[in-house]
Amino acid sequence: MWFFTQEEKEIQKVCRDFAQNELAPVAEKHDNEESFNLKAFKHMGDLGLLGITADPDYGGSGMGATAATIVMEEFGKACAGSTLSYLAHTILCVNNLNNNGSDLQKSKYLPKLISGEHVGCMGMSEPEFGSDAVGMQTKAIREGDFYSITGNKMWITNAQYADVVYLYTRTGPGKKDLTTFIVEKGTPGFTVSKEIHKMGMRSSPTGELSFQKCRVPVGNRVGEEGDSAHHMMKNLEIERITIAGISLGIAEACVAQCIKYSGERKQFGKTLAHYQMMQKMIAEMYAETEAMKRMLYTVCYEYDHGNKSNLLASSVKLQLPKMATKIALDAIQLHGGYGYSREFPVERMMRDNKLNEIGAGTNEVMILIIAKNLLKEALHS
Amino acid sequence: MNELQKELCLGLKKFCRDTIEPHMEEDDHDGKFRMDIFQGLGKYGVTGVTLPEEFGGAGLSCIDYVYVLEEIAKVSVPYAVTISVSSMVQSILNEYGTQEQKQKYLPALTSGEEIGAFALSESHAGSDAAGLKTTAKKTEGGYLLNGSKMWITSGGIAKTYIVMARTGGEGAKGVSAFILRDGDIGFTYGKKEKKMGWKTSPTRELIFENCFVPEGNLLLSEGRGFTVAMGGLDRGRVAIGAIGVGCSQRALDESIKYALSRQQFKQCIFDFQGLQFMLSDMATETEASRLLVHAAAKSIDAKNTNSKLCSMAKLKATDTAMSVTTDAVQVLGGVGYTSEYPVERFMRDAKVLQIVEGTNQIQRVVIARHLKKENEHHA
Repeated sequence: MWFFTQEEKEIQKVCRDFAQNELAPVAEKHDNEESFNLKAFKHMGDLGLLGITADPDYGGSGMGATAATIVMEEFGKACAGSTLSYLAHTILCVNNLNNNGSDLQKSKYLPKLISGEHVGCMGMSEPEFGSDAVGMQTKAIREGDFYSITGNKMWITNAQYADVVYLYTRTGPGKKDLTTFIVEKGTPGFTVSKEIHKMGMRSSPTGELSFQKCRVPVGNRVGEEGDSAHHMMKNLEIERITIAGISLGIAEACVAQCIKYSGERKQFGKTLAHYQMMQKMIAEMYAETEAMKRMLYTVCYEYDHGNKSNLLASSVKLQLPKMATKIALDAIQLHGGYGYSREFPVERMMRDNKLNEIGAGTNEVMILIIAKNLLKEALHS
Repeated sequence: MNELQKELCLGLKKFCRDTIEPHMEEDDHDGKFRMDIFQGLGKYGVTGVTLPEEFGGAGLSCIDYVYVLEEIAKVSVPYAVTISVSSMVQSILNEYGTQEQKQKYLPALTSGEEIGAFALSESHAGSDAAGLKTTAKKTEGGYLLNGSKMWITSGGIAKTYIVMARTGGEGAKGVSAFILRDGDIGFTYGKKEKKMGWKTSPTRELIFENCFVPEGNLLLSEGRGFTVAMGGLDRGRVAIGAIGVGCSQRALDESIKYALSRQQFKQCIFDFQGLQFMLSDMATETEASRLLVHAAAKSIDAKNTNSKLCSMAKLKATDTAMSVTTDAVQVLGGVGYTSEYPVERFMRDAKVLQIVEGTNQIQRVVIARHLKKENEHHA
């Protein structure tokens, strides 16, 4: 984009090279095996990408939503599963900790998370509380210098690999009585109970976290009791923007693959590129992708310049994943039998992208939020 | 539905639920096809629905066949597909085979003891099937086949194959149809495709290296391969349409069940208008597809086959299956994306319905061709 800073352009180049050289060649393998590319993750740490938005005092890069989204886009083109794990680590765990943790907590946890020595995750959703996350029931009860935490967290990205969990709990009966803790792997009473098999994003591990009277020191409480709701709100926009970035990468990769294939594949004596039906598919895919790209980066730019709009972040989170599923489905269609087979990456991209319509707030929840924002006054009249 | 259809579907539903459903998740994961399930369907009488009783078929109509496929597809798209391809092979043999060929190959297929497969596509000849390169050279007493076939449904598990090969010059008119058997010398299987869906139904490459086929295994005469291939087309399209309807119906049923049981924000999610709109659209599209498939099937039963309607039925029912299954994953949210619930499997299975039996792009070209022909006198 024309308004990217020099630094952002450099990040883009580094990420593009890394993604094409290290993520793309093994994306199919990790999808097949449902395995996490830990080696690539560690390398992201060496490249200084695991704390892209975090304070440089703790090893971060101190950059904004634009830079983070650039990473998502470039990684997303190559391997969306690895990108999702990167997002869970960098945005859900590191960025939250960076924004809300105390100096002591930050100096204890951030350097290892940012170097890649540790993997982070965030625990919010529960089996019975998905879209309705604030209804969560995992309880933290104060017992002297400790809290005793009991409950289950579902669909947790990076669960099996996480050394550090940024965990939301309930500390009272009220809607906003939510409190966050930093829980380390190996804390007695904390187990990762099951691996979840998914349609896509298979290179990104998903698991369930179980807490049975897990004792966490008061020093690991993030902020005060009841601060979580406020903390959550502060991180929402960047979460939605960056996950939309993964969908942008997927859509772009699909368009590029379709252009390539339509020049190679011959039927009835001509390459597919000669057929108007194929031209229409490719032209529309491209036009939609470019429109979405410009929308997304404009929202990023505004975010980085102080306009953190919930309405716009929710709008990009609704539009980009929805568009990318459609584009990926069309990409399979354009590739025909080959597109349905695992020889070409488009079917994986479609399976991967479907998650982005569900994770970090479903399309339907985005619609409710957008409507609530727009109709605030109308609803009161 | 008439009494016979009701009875047939009720029993079949129970069979599918008790015998097929318990294996589907695991078999999808492992890519495992179970011959005993297929043979069980044969014992139930649904592996040769429209074939005459003389050759072991059930002697029923195309619309009965549509009901059967829809019912099986609700539980397993891949088993429904295995039946539809095997049935197409039977229809072709019944229509174009000699009495001897019919007696020799049909009974094992109609009974479900064996599976039939149809081999037309090649790596460079998909939609452009007439561009196929596999050759059949005349030799003493028969032909020698050389070449390979791609994306062959039931490749490796089928015993009887109808294979299209070139006996003459370029184009459709140089192609002939042959009957081959698993185990024929010079006929081997290549790689098994790794696919997004249809994982229990093997898709495989067939390889022919100087494979001898006796003269008696030529269907019709030389150069009439495309007559044979086209003969199975309309029924094949209706069958895939019916499978699409079953696939949509299951996704819709799962969505409604889940929406009624899942509570968020202290009410069942069914009660949110946003969900109601999705479910209503899914139900309407499914029903519209079903009616179109039925209309096409009825035209076949009335011996007045409407090819345009068959293409429309295939196009609409499979596009609907894709959108309805995609929405079903959305309605189920996080759990819909996991293999704990069947909807993501149905979504993966739906996609290839838009590609097989003529891609939906080809269906549109066919429909347009009909439109032009019907209206040329206006021009």
